[in-house]
Amino acid sequence: MYHPNAGVPPQMQQPPMGPQGPAASYPSPHQHMGPQQPPHPGMQSQPARRLDPDHMPSPVQVMEDDQRNRSGIFYTNQKGMVPPLVTTNFITRDEGNASPRYIRSSMYNIPATIDMMKQVAVPFGLVVSPLARTLDEEYLPPIINMGEIGPVRCNRCKAYMCPFMQFIDGGRRFHCLFCKATTEVPPEYFQHLDHTGLRVDRFERPELILGAFEFVATEDYCRNNTFPKPPALIFLIDVSYNNIKSGLVHLLCSQIKEIVKLLPKDEGAEKSNMRVGFITYNNTVHFYNIKGCLAQPQMMVVGDVQGMFVPLLEGFLCDPTESEAVIDSLMEQIPTMFADTRETETVLAPAIQAGLEALQASECAGKLLVFHSSLPIAEAPGKLKNRDDRKLLGTEKEKTVLAPQGNVYSSLGQECVAAGCSVDLFVFNNSYIDLATIGQVSRLSGGEIYKYTYFQADLDGERLIADIKHDVSRPVAFDAIMRVRTSTGVRATDFYGHFFMSNTTDMELASIDCDKALTIEIKHDDKLTEEDGVYIQVALLYTSCGGQRRIRILNLSLKTCTQMSDLYRCCDLDTIINFIAKQTVFRLLESSPKSVKENLVNRCAQMLACYRKNCASPTSAGQLILPECMKLLPLYVNCVLKSDAVSGGSDMNIDDRSFIMQAVTIMDIPSSVVFFYPRLIPLHDIDVDSDELPPSIRCTSDKIRDDGVYLLENGIHLFLWIGLNVDMEWIQNVFGVQSAAQIVIDRTSLPVLDNALSVRIKLVIDSVRKERHRCMRLTLVRQCDKLEMVFKHFLMEDRGMDGTASYVDFLCHMHKEIRNLLS
Amino acid sequence: MRMTTQLEKFIKQEEDRDGVRFTWNIWPSSRLETTHLVVPLGCLYLPLKERTDLSPIQNDPVLCRQRTCRAILNPLCGVDYHAKFWVCNFCLQRNPFPPQYAAISEQYRPTELIPKFSTIEYVNTHAQHLPLIFLLVVDTCIDDEDLSALKDTLQMSLSLLPPNALIGLITFGKIVYLHELGCKGISKSYAFRGTKDYTAKQIQDMLRIYKFSAPQQQQNRSPGGQVLPPANRFLQPVYECDMSLTDLLGELQRDPWPVAQDKRSLRSTGVALSIAVGLLECTCPNTGARIMLFVAGPCSQGPGQVVNDDLRQPIRSHHDIHGDNATYMKKAIKHYESLAMRAAINGHAIDIYSCALDQTGLLEMKQCCYSTGGHMVMGDCFNSSLFKQTFQRVFSRDQKGELKMAFNGTLEVKTSRELKVSGAIGSCVSLNVKGPCVSDTEIGMGNTCRWKFCTFNPNSTCALFFEVVNQHSAPIPQGGKGYIQMITQYQHSSGQSRIRVTTISRKWEDASTNLHHISAGFDQEAAAVLMARMVVYIAETSADPNVLKWVDRTLITLCKKFGQYAKDEPNSFWLPENFTLYPQFMFHLRRSHFLQVFNNSPDETSYYRLMLMREDVTQSLPMIQPILYSYSLNKPPEPVLLDTSSIQPDRILFMDTFFLILIFHGKTIAQWRSSYYQDIPECENFVKLLQAPIENAQEILQTRFPLPCYIDTVQGSSQARFLLSKVNPSQTHQNVFEYERESGCPVLTDDVSLQVFMEHLKKLAVSSTT
Repeated sequence: MYHPNAGVPPQMQQPPMGPQGPAASYPSPHQHMGPQQPPHPGMQSQPARRLDPDHMPSPVQVMEDDQRNRSGIFYTNQKGMVPPLVTTNFITRDEGNASPRYIRSSMYNIPATIDMMKQVAVPFGLVVSPLARTLDEEYLPPIINMGEIGPVRCNRCKAYMCPFMQFIDGGRRFHCLFCKATTEVPPEYFQHLDHTGLRVDRFERPELILGAFEFVATEDYCRNNTFPKPPALIFLIDVSYNNIKSGLVHLLCSQIKEIVKLLPKDEGAEKSNMRVGFITYNNTVHFYNIKGCLAQPQMMVVGDVQGMFVPLLEGFLCDPTESEAVIDSLMEQIPTMFADTRETETVLAPAIQAGLEALQASECAGKLLVFHSSLPIAEAPGKLKNRDDRKLLGTEKEKTVLAPQGNVYSSLGQECVAAGCSVDLFVFNNSYIDLATIGQVSRLSGGEIYKYTYFQADLDGERLIADIKHDVSRPVAFDAIMRVRTSTGVRATDFYGHFFMSNTTDMELASIDCDKALTIEIKHDDKLTEEDGVYIQVALLYTSCGGQRRIRILNLSLKTCTQMSDLYRCCDLDTIINFIAKQTVFRLLESSPKSVKENLVNRCAQMLACYRKNCASPTSAGQLILPECMKLLPLYVNCVLKSDAVSGGSDMNIDDRSFIMQAVTIMDIPSSVVFFYPRLIPLHDIDVDSDELPPSIRCTSDKIRDDGVYLLENGIHLFLWIGLNVDMEWIQNVFGVQSAAQIVIDRTSLPVLDNALSVRIKLVIDSVRKERHRCMRLTLVRQCDKLEMVFKHFLMEDRGMDGTASYVDFLCHMHKEIRNLLS
Repeated sequence: MRMTTQLEKFIKQEEDRDGVRFTWNIWPSSRLETTHLVVPLGCLYLPLKERTDLSPIQNDPVLCRQRTCRAILNPLCGVDYHAKFWVCNFCLQRNPFPPQYAAISEQYRPTELIPKFSTIEYVNTHAQHLPLIFLLVVDTCIDDEDLSALKDTLQMSLSLLPPNALIGLITFGKIVYLHELGCKGISKSYAFRGTKDYTAKQIQDMLRIYKFSAPQQQQNRSPGGQVLPPANRFLQPVYECDMSLTDLLGELQRDPWPVAQDKRSLRSTGVALSIAVGLLECTCPNTGARIMLFVAGPCSQGPGQVVNDDLRQPIRSHHDIHGDNATYMKKAIKHYESLAMRAAINGHAIDIYSCALDQTGLLEMKQCCYSTGGHMVMGDCFNSSLFKQTFQRVFSRDQKGELKMAFNGTLEVKTSRELKVSGAIGSCVSLNVKGPCVSDTEIGMGNTCRWKFCTFNPNSTCALFFEVVNQHSAPIPQGGKGYIQMITQYQHSSGQSRIRVTTISRKWEDASTNLHHISAGFDQEAAAVLMARMVVYIAETSADPNVLKWVDRTLITLCKKFGQYAKDEPNSFWLPENFTLYPQFMFHLRRSHFLQVFNNSPDETSYYRLMLMREDVTQSLPMIQPILYSYSLNKPPEPVLLDTSSIQPDRILFMDTFFLILIFHGKTIAQWRSSYYQDIPECENFVKLLQAPIENAQEILQTRFPLPCYIDTVQGSSQARFLLSKVNPSQTHQNVFEYERESGCPVLTDDVSLQVFMEHLKKLAVSSTT
């Protein structure tokens, strides 16, 4: 498909300016480097001479530069200011716009006309992580209790009070920047204005000066107009043969006690208000009464999987401390009771239904953690056929196996979200389990899938427990509805992520946590004016883990522009890639993979060609000119195209593919950055005395030496590659053996050895793991071993084993495409 | 008291020995004459009559070789001791004795040939001993006080069961729970939706119990093979699980689902019973088992629903049923009938212990008890001695210490050629077995010679009806006899399989020439009870509003046939002595709650009728015509007329209606008592007088099942209504002035009195036009 060296060799040129540079100082941001000028950052090539990859834009370099230039404090006081990269260490000070950790836009300078939008082809998207974690130095959004009157809102568009509201008429009315309507200020909320026209109490009211804050909701914002009960957590454990044999049930039961201690609590609360419940199932569903006053737990079996119902009212959901003794004895009983099971046919939908109805019966929202082992083939609703045909992957027909079979799990997911019941699937499959189908429940209910193929408690137990603990303890919102309001002229149109929409505006999320992001495409309705700008308000109405109903408000103001150059100066490439990736994955279920990929390449070419045509001064057609903040676009687009989520072919199985696709759908930007361009860290020359992560290197085999040791991670996988010629001492210190050849490759952790290097290496691995929300399994790869193929698959700048383009190839191809567009 | 006649002596003797009472003890020899007798030829038979002198014999019965006959050797057979053969008295087949009878002679007869053993019992030594099965089905929508009383009673009852008996527990409210017994460290139960009808197959699949029972069933069938008890995790031997079951019952809580102020509890009786029946059906078919259902209210959801949960809508009354306004009734009856049928076919009995102030749907559920012989007990609350003692009495034991209950019985009737059996009325179901002795005419459950009795006890009485098929043209030789053999195979409470055989014979007589002989053999008490059963059976099965007319017509025809009178002269009318009480019985039957529904709920009616269908003659008569005794200072206790005239101020009356025992103090006595005469030492006699009826009542209360209501009242109080509603209203508010003031107590009623009734009867009987 690509012909890297064909035709006129591309030349490359980059503007040497930061994105902050005011346009006036740099009348033309396109200074051309002569072909003979020093290599960096431009690149020059002679006919028939191979491109030097080192001269191509480097993500490692870009991140280092950004870290150097933009770390420190980021004030959000300006409209349309591009935030630092997600990889950069910075501290946000909220001064009117929400922190970029919560919300990022693909562009901060919005083209004023639809026509211009079309030409530039740069997507206008938002990536919102409404519950993202903040750094210790940053403030959490303050919680504002307005009492009986509730949050003050615009009469017309219902936007919430925020710094974008302008008080007029002596403070008696306010003017909404979203819909331009004016609203009477409620008497209780009235305050005089000062000489600048601002309310005198603005510094006492966070909603008037901050970009992110929370209102306490009134009863009007609650289900059935009654305040919610604290949410609950239900463990649904498949106790069929596979899970018993793998040691899962035993392991899980032994750890439940520790897990339930980690339940999240509201800020300032002494203990968690959340309650827990337990269900086990095989081809029947078993409920447990764990009321604290019982002498022993009670088990209630529902064999009627056709018409599931909850057989008990009290005692199913209990406070884990009050029922500690009963839970302990239950956790002893479960592994014993099912120790001799021979049951291999399991149900799934009825079990989830059971959890859902249990929450409904208790009138609370919550989360189900489902620990499931195999394709549900028992005679029950949601029984699935085995349609494992991996040969279809990558072909026109891959949709048939990537889309769900039947609609049982989809409608179950909808029921779940309607009841505020979120479902996380922990899958322990030894064979095909049809994640594409069963995953629908998680997708629609704002849940997540964790996958442990060929699970063995002794090998993977630690990882599983770490994941459960992380899942259970992270900041989370329940029974949520999110709406994105925009100022007139633009409108949120497309939505990507794990949620359900019953109308065109509201995302319904049974739960959302700090690790999930929602990606939203904004489109123009109308022409924008340059003065006004674009205003975004995201409102997330949710129930906190302590049972308080709240509304989290995130505000973002963007500028508008009529000059294309202004746009290209203020783009956030990581957000663009996150958006593009999710959109691509979504489209794969609708169109053929070939056309989806071609469209992506074309769009990328168009974005760059438009820049070349409109913003760059005329140069020879042979030169490739990239906008500064998009200079990595070709690389990243190639990474998206090469990723397992988009291109995963018959070398992987259908469940893996579905899993990765779902994982991409919920990714926040820090995850998507590293997922598409993995981090490669050399460890052989590590500074033992430092406690920082060693700098990463470009993700290419060119940089890999056979006397080196490298750590590669993408948030899902974690590899430790060991060259055959690594220093003996290093090997001895870290692995406790003489040479690389003697290392036991099957192990999933490093041996505990008493030396500084070993400790340092383990610390590096731990801190890499800590940055990701899934506990990655450590895979050791020795140079020239069979597994090296897998490792090399993730060296994204290289040409793929399946013939996918290398960075250089793709760049050449892109250049060709651009020239085609220009001519 | 009347002199005991020869007839009465004969009846008593036959009843004591064989547990049988015939309406006619001398049989008309032709078909036509029999139909003219009005009261059908029939008997009341107690298949398990307690016989202390009867110890079962350990060998197999000797059967007639004739394939269609298979009657059992009995004392009425002709025997040739010399040639060692016997002649079957049913088919006249000559049968050789089996080899082990080689030693018999006139002097050395086997037991079954000794005349006093016309009723005999065999133990089937080959069959396996099977444990009894008790499945408790407990309603938990009960207020706490009642629930704890019920729990106590059930816990106590565990000690009354044989230790090897299998026991199971189902509890229900909105949801039905089947409890697994004998699990350690955790208590397990299986839950079923209370609104869904589960088939036995579904229950089997959900509980995964078919794997256990499938090989077992085969074993059960293989004779002599070692049979494992059909135990599974839901049915466990009492000795193994009594501790855990006691705990389980102890932890039983009231149904936790909230019930709004204006709502009834959601109670899934229909499904609970269906689960119970289904469980037993698939685990232990054709084995004696007893489902004991305890309900504290009406089924308010799901199959078998008799009322909805809205308290504003009361449960159906007779009026609603009459006006076809009982929304749920028909569907519910269908549900319970099908359950009853399934249980009955498998030999499982269903008891219903209903304790509630309002109705609980006994009307709908009655067939469960009717068909299976299970008990029906009706009380106000579980925390009452009526329930507690009655329940305890279920487990009463005989002198050998064995439970007085038999299970999974079949009664087979064989008749000699002149007779055929036309049906049975009792707590049984037809097994639809055709045979040469099955009549074409059907009375009660007919067209069969075999009936299933899932459970029965020494009191259980079955009415059997016969038809004489001998034609008038084929006379039976003088002194000829007819024979009937009843063969009851059942599971004894000890686990043994037993066969009881009763063979009886009666003389034939030509009614056209010797009607007075026939009429001399009339047992008016048996006839009254048999007729009562017939009329109630008709009322139950056809809901025919004209049953009263039928009663009247038969009575008139009977009087016409056997009375002595001159045509159209009512005053000349008189009846033979053994007929004189019969019209009275009919008078009271007409007035009884069996046929009059006024003032009774449909549940009560069902309950009363059920009891009439299973008790023996002695117990049934007071149900029809209550017994009234009088106690006074100047006379010894004596039975008095059930009449208003018997109510005297200086008497204590004692009334027994079977369901109710009432002690009624006349005005004067009551005054004395309230003035504490009984505390004065000189009034020792008065103390004795007060004590006498109480002692009498105690005697009855100690034995009767179910325990009757016990009422102690005084003349003029509201509870006196129980007496006033039963007595013959010879004095009413309309004719009170015709009588002396002091000689009785007028009743406010428009009902006709016995005197008026008799006048009319005489008039109609002697009339030449009717």
